[in-house]
Amino acid sequence: MNIHIPTPLRAYTGGLETVSVAGTTVSSVFQQLTVQYPELKPHLFTPEGKLRSFVNVYLNDDDIRYLPNKEETPAADTDELTIIPSIAGGTSCRL
Amino acid sequence: MLRIHYADYEALRAHGEETYPNECCGVLLGKNIAGEDDGVTVNHVQQIVRAGNTRTDSAHNRYQIAPQELVKIQRQARGLGLDIVGFYHSHPDHPAQWSKTDFAEAHWLGCSYLITSVEQGKAVLTNSFLLSGSGEDDKNFEDQAIQIDIAANVAEAAAPNQKGQA
Repeated sequence: MNIHIPTPLRAYTGGLETVSVAGTTVSSVFQQLTVQYPELKPHLFTPEGKLRSFVNVYLNDDDIRYLPNKEETPAADTDELTIIPSIAGGTSCRL
Repeated sequence: MLRIHYADYEALRAHGEETYPNECCGVLLGKNIAGEDDGVTVNHVQQIVRAGNTRTDSAHNRYQIAPQELVKIQRQARGLGLDIVGFYHSHPDHPAQWSKTDFAEAHWLGCSYLITSVEQGKAVLTNSFLLSGSGEDDKNFEDQAIQIDIAANVAEAAAPNQKGQA
């Protein structure tokens, strides 16, 4: 399946915007992705192996955090995975 | 360096005036060109895309672009043969300098973060900051020069008295 890589992480995929990775679930696709492009791993996962909080992952148009099976959701070759870091900020820490 | 067309530059400043007293936000599409200008990496903006601020609970001093909207914008960029090269937002009645919140929430290394100060509803200063570094541990905001490209017809309209002068 195709995985779309955000601009900052393309330094670790040889400049590729889209990479093709085999796998039957989102989790296995990610595992294969970090085998093919090992330098991506610390940018996507914490040392404990959890997806970093600011990294959003979409399976087609769905945030995997809100899918019933989350990372274990089945993935077909025709599906697309998009990695998209969050964007936020503001003038101060006041809430 | 950040290169941007005058019309886009004015449009993102106008966006900040429209949403005042709340923060506006949007995405800069273009190309990252390494070493175009004496070895300086250039983020060349070719289109800006307005985004909604999902922080409706505190829109006067916070902004956030919904990830779903970012996915759509990245898809749009891909269709145009462009990349996401930066983001913009406004600081209502606050300087055009990055805040601790801006820094903590910045994760797009190599991208430009444009901030416009909007005072009493009028856009004042616009500054650009490049998020440099190799990861979360060593990221840093660097001041970034802005080059504004003005089309010849716009330049003539802006300075008609200088037409024909040597």
